[in-house]
Amino acid sequence: MGDWKAAIRRDKYLYLLILPGVLYFLMFQYAPMWGIALAFQDYSPFLGFWHSDWVGFEHFRTFILHEDFPILLRNTLGINFLNLLFFFPAPIALAIMLNELRSVKFKRFVQTTIYLPHFMSWVVIVGICYLILGQGEGIINKIISDYGGDKVDFLTNANRFWTMLTAQSIWKDAGYGTIIFLAALTGINPELYEAGQIDGANRWQKIRYITIPGIKSTIIVLLILRLGSLLSVGFEQVYLMTSAPVASVADVFDTYAYRVGVQQGNFSFATAAGLFKSVVGLVLVIGADRMAKKFGEEGVY
Amino acid sequence: MYGLLSLFALATLLPFIYIVLVSFTSPSEYARTPILLFPREWSTASYDYIFRSGSFMRSMGVSGFLAIVGTACSLLVTSTLAYGLSRSRLKGRRVILGGILFTMLFNPGMIPAYMIVKEYGLMNSIWSLILPSLSSAFYVLLMKGFFQEIPAELEESAKMDGSSDIGVFFRIIVPVSIPAIAAFGLFYGVGFWNTFFAGVMYITDDAKRPLQVVLQMMLLNASTGVGSGAAAQALSVEQRLPPETLKMAAVIVSSLPIIAVYPFLQRYFVSGMMLGSVKG
Repeated sequence: MGDWKAAIRRDKYLYLLILPGVLYFLMFQYAPMWGIALAFQDYSPFLGFWHSDWVGFEHFRTFILHEDFPILLRNTLGINFLNLLFFFPAPIALAIMLNELRSVKFKRFVQTTIYLPHFMSWVVIVGICYLILGQGEGIINKIISDYGGDKVDFLTNANRFWTMLTAQSIWKDAGYGTIIFLAALTGINPELYEAGQIDGANRWQKIRYITIPGIKSTIIVLLILRLGSLLSVGFEQVYLMTSAPVASVADVFDTYAYRVGVQQGNFSFATAAGLFKSVVGLVLVIGADRMAKKFGEEGVY
Repeated sequence: MYGLLSLFALATLLPFIYIVLVSFTSPSEYARTPILLFPREWSTASYDYIFRSGSFMRSMGVSGFLAIVGTACSLLVTSTLAYGLSRSRLKGRRVILGGILFTMLFNPGMIPAYMIVKEYGLMNSIWSLILPSLSSAFYVLLMKGFFQEIPAELEESAKMDGSSDIGVFFRIIVPVSIPAIAAFGLFYGVGFWNTFFAGVMYITDDAKRPLQVVLQMMLLNASTGVGSGAAAQALSVEQRLPPETLKMAAVIVSSLPIIAVYPFLQRYFVSGMMLGSVKG
């Protein structure tokens, strides 16, 4: 106790300095954690938090047994699986290619271009998508129908919706994603490449045996983070891309929680649905971290 | 390599170029040309309409306010917290850092966040778009890493001259950290400018809707146009402004501030931002 008094007296201004930030985290990051209790209640806005009935795990049970649950799980895992397969490796491939470039000017041009969409809002990205690929207003479809072809429902076909999302993610964020790998690539000792040169390694062999091992730990760290969000899907993207024809393949945990909770007022059930996602996410990220450490990698946390 | 990268860069760039070009097409040319890739009759009609639209301009004002005031508040709260936590003598530092790190791992979800905003009486207030996203664990950790790199002698000599920690921070630390703070400011600014879903959830008053929400309403509904209801529709029909070129102009105007700060952004994120480690 005495330690604390002395510390506070000595650093009182330092504590004052961090006060707004600490308050922010308490009020907006930790206070909502009380809201978790809603999931164990039959919350009614009229009775309020303190007077609503407690129902234990009932909402979780209802949610997991609900007919919507397998659909949400399928959509979430489907979208994430495609992302993992195509969106995750895209920045790695781009970074390795950029790294091979000799022309500094060309490299800079490519970088400047491919980083840009990352900073655009999802509303702008989806808007552009409709103006290019939409059935009525999209230029591609105008060209197709001008040449006598049938219009293609790129954005409103349930069968290609997930592919569309993945392609869109790659278009928006794969470029920006290269930064972290390019940074990792600068950490590779150039002597390794010289040694490879002397041993007669060709370009592919150098990529395979020097470049990729050199950024392996970065890849694993990002993969862990990615696995932790296996049940999360870019919410704004899915929300904006959803339309009636694709609704059945577009519903994910967050859009469901929003619809059932905010729009229909089923707060307790929606909180339980959201919480299910968060808890599984926490377990996944800790599991992936442990696993990475077991395989001799550094891990994240 | 060159081919593949050129292809990717072109695929990124072409949609933007197409939209910029066609947004400047005159309404009459757009109406009679089925496939228009390059306008022959240039016109700013779509832009004139956008700039005269009350709701669009007002929403730009809302998002401008978010980007300026929100960013200023975010920087103040994040940098003071990060600086405090970068001083290893601060007792309780580990606990606070652990608490902040935990928010990266676990998020109670959308509904509890929504309930909290409601509970604080922020519904339909512009502050509901600022306060909940004032800071983030990621930025606090990055900034803390940055402050730790500043030589301790700077702080010590100022302390010798009788400055308090607050004085040291604002008079010594902030001035030497301007480039880093500016970089964080740009990222916060872009984030606030792009505020969308919080606007959907928390704002019900038309006059307080952020730009992205108004833009989405406009993009979604070809016939609604940007103005308020029937009057705007009448105007749009009367001037025969094609909804497509209007949408394109709106997309461009909404992205302009981002494109304007992009060269500065790029200078920072390549050099400094990603080098800081997330490790506590």
